[in-house]
Amino acid sequence: MSNSNTTSRRDFLKLTSLTGGGLLLGFSWFSAEAETPVIIHNLPLGATKGFNSYLSISTDGIVTIFSPNPELGQNIMTSFPMIVAEELDADWTKVKVVQAPLDTKSFDRQLTGGSGAVPHSWKRLRTAGATARNMLIQAAAKQWEVAAEECTANNGFVIHAKSGRQLGFGELADQAATMPVPKEVKLKDRKDFKLIGTGVKNVANKDIVTGKGLFGMDVYRKGMLFAMIQRPDAFGTKIKSVDSAAAKAMPGIVDVVVFKNNVAVVGKSTWEVSKARKLLKIEYEKDGATESTADHTNIFTTLLDGGTPVVRRKNGDVEAAFKTAAKIIKSEYHGPFLSHAPMEPMNFFADVRPDGVELIGPTQTPGSARTATSKLLGIPEDKITLEITRLGGGFGRRLKFDYVVEAAELSGIIKAPVKLIWSREDDMMGGSYRPAVQYRFEAALDSSGNLVGYKCRGAGINAGNPVREDNFPSGAVEHLLIDTVEHKSPITTGAWRAPITNFLAFAEQAFLDEVANAAGKDPVQFRLDLLDKARKSPVGAIKYNIDRMENVIKMAAEKSGWGKKAGISQGFSVYFSHSSYVAQVCEVMMQAGKPVVKKIYAVSDCGQVINLSGARQQVMGGIVDGFGHAMYGKVTFKNGAAEQKNFNTYRLIRMKEIPQIETYFVDNGIDPTGLGEPALPPTGGAVANAIFKATGKRLKNQPFIDEEVFTTTP
Amino acid sequence: MPVYTLKINGKQFKADVVADTPLLWVLRDHLGLVGTKFGCGIAQCGACTVHLNGVAVKSCVLPVSSIKAAAITTIEGLSEKGDHPLQLAWDEIDVPQCGYCQAGQIMTAAALLKRKPHPGEEEIDSAMHGNICRCGAYHRIREAVKLASTKI
Repeated sequence: MSNSNTTSRRDFLKLTSLTGGGLLLGFSWFSAEAETPVIIHNLPLGATKGFNSYLSISTDGIVTIFSPNPELGQNIMTSFPMIVAEELDADWTKVKVVQAPLDTKSFDRQLTGGSGAVPHSWKRLRTAGATARNMLIQAAAKQWEVAAEECTANNGFVIHAKSGRQLGFGELADQAATMPVPKEVKLKDRKDFKLIGTGVKNVANKDIVTGKGLFGMDVYRKGMLFAMIQRPDAFGTKIKSVDSAAAKAMPGIVDVVVFKNNVAVVGKSTWEVSKARKLLKIEYEKDGATESTADHTNIFTTLLDGGTPVVRRKNGDVEAAFKTAAKIIKSEYHGPFLSHAPMEPMNFFADVRPDGVELIGPTQTPGSARTATSKLLGIPEDKITLEITRLGGGFGRRLKFDYVVEAAELSGIIKAPVKLIWSREDDMMGGSYRPAVQYRFEAALDSSGNLVGYKCRGAGINAGNPVREDNFPSGAVEHLLIDTVEHKSPITTGAWRAPITNFLAFAEQAFLDEVANAAGKDPVQFRLDLLDKARKSPVGAIKYNIDRMENVIKMAAEKSGWGKKAGISQGFSVYFSHSSYVAQVCEVMMQAGKPVVKKIYAVSDCGQVINLSGARQQVMGGIVDGFGHAMYGKVTFKNGAAEQKNFNTYRLIRMKEIPQIETYFVDNGIDPTGLGEPALPPTGGAVANAIFKATGKRLKNQPFIDEEVFTTTP
Repeated sequence: MPVYTLKINGKQFKADVVADTPLLWVLRDHLGLVGTKFGCGIAQCGACTVHLNGVAVKSCVLPVSSIKAAAITTIEGLSEKGDHPLQLAWDEIDVPQCGYCQAGQIMTAAALLKRKPHPGEEEIDSAMHGNICRCGAYHRIREAVKLASTKI
């Protein structure tokens, strides 16, 4: 198997014509309205809507599969082709994966986000593979003059067991292309899966470990200029005046261009540009609120006490339930702004020419990036090509395409091909953040310790809806009120891996632990009792599946030896997000008077696992991500400017800080649900609950490292 | 601008750049060796790690004028066929997620194994402390270093 990361439109056409001698099957990889595959003979890309996502088999037996979705480490370039190859019964060593460019005529949902790609495409990909297999079998049966039913496919061959004959896919490809396309094909029974569910290595490994130029940052074109942009340091300010004389006089500098709130320095190398930008003299003036973190603290209190909330869910008579409660528990949880901080800083190549626009680089949303560029430049979308490189991480940052549009606008102004590069400081100070949030919870217990009333008010700064009102424990509480309040700020925010739930899950799961503790109940049994109540006498509609949640809870308790270990403090958490269920148990031990997180068990129900190796990566990476940010992550503001500007002050988790992780997957045969995000949300809660068990101290604010448990010397 | 002669991966290269240009940008912008990555520019993330006379250094803060006759090795020159025990172990353990930091991780690990062919877990953690993996692939990075150390 091999991998070629990007292909220009010209290369793409060359490649398809190369395979003209074999079977080139167009299938509806994405398009919902197209159901039946058709054979395509050297049709140009994008000629037939719904039928031109390609699977080709060349006469030498190489199976080429175009992967449309941006790859940012979620391993889609490996898992998508595995699904096709499974139903095709291909020889995986002869599968070649090629990143497709943006092509909205051929693909729909050509984006990366929301853990949605595999669930969306599962059946389509299987049908594509099964259709090609059917046609290869038909071709062999015809050649052997036997019934197709007597033939089977295995590992790149069609086999007629009765006569002991076999033919390779490559040998059959030409003839297969002349066979009728079956209207319906039988998909494999999952017990016959050979690839799906096994661990298959990332197809890009070889290129990555040898330093091939796969990323947007690695794009270099002849005659290309380099640019960096000085944006305002502080949100809520705008340019008053610019003196660029000194910068312009520096060696290698071609131009300094002011547009919108940007001062772009354009030159012949990255270093010369980054040196010259330091000599810019820019005065800024106020253009809105220049907020500090201290202001946000006050804003949260004001909002939670006296804001006008939007009611998201209401069941029963909450006020009455609290009036008659035997016990009331109240608590507040605070989550700070976070930077996405993907390792590859923002960058994009743009070449705006009279005959059209060429865009190349890393983006999670190529379609929206092109539409925005088209609107800005007044150039129709069909004159704009967008080539997707590998992304050096995304975490939601590259759902925003501000840097794509900037590059295009700049190229249009200077009339030259340009690669726009953001420094780490640019990304941390002027990009996009996980919104800061604060939650106020109240719980009412009856005299038997049953949870009879529940209130959650979520306050967010540019957070949209900061709650998931139909998630657990909704459905299990008779009297419940969930509402939200929002503050609009000049600070730009955006989706951050597992949007909202990345912090909300911690807050909810830690609060439920507080409630269980106050009720004198075991945290696992407390959750199981609530689920039982939701099953037997449900209160309103819910989005989660009770059986699947119950199952991961029980399995995590069993795998971790819940409550049975001496000298170890365990904390429990479970969360439903992106249609998947993950339960985690964290184990903490005290060392030198401080809690140390030793181990995290994770049980995930994401339905059918596609690639066991990739799935483990997503779970382990998600836990490290969730743990690292809960422990160390924060961006604070002073007069509108971020105070953390690079990795010396914005702390990311490092190797020596990771706990052991044990991962388990539920094998239930359900169609796949998301996995890129769901393992992250439960981690903070499991950790905080284990630390409470160990120390008696409840962590309510992130990052944990700033909390008393860690800051005071025992 | 002065012309610097650099010994990189066993070959001689000439670069016509200003004296304070960090080696990282000489490699990337001027010599077409893009395997060495830009991550932070202040020697905090390790994505730009190369070897200078066999020792791991952060090339984003290493001025080209300071290098003189020292031998530089980048990820492209770690092995001729991409078969350094670490490169093979990285595939065997299936380490990469997004992959952006991995060249730097491998170069740091290669310098460690050169100095200490059979490091313990704490030595690995300590040597790798300067390399951030935002995808959180640390468990597998550590496992791959251990595997490679058994093949040296």
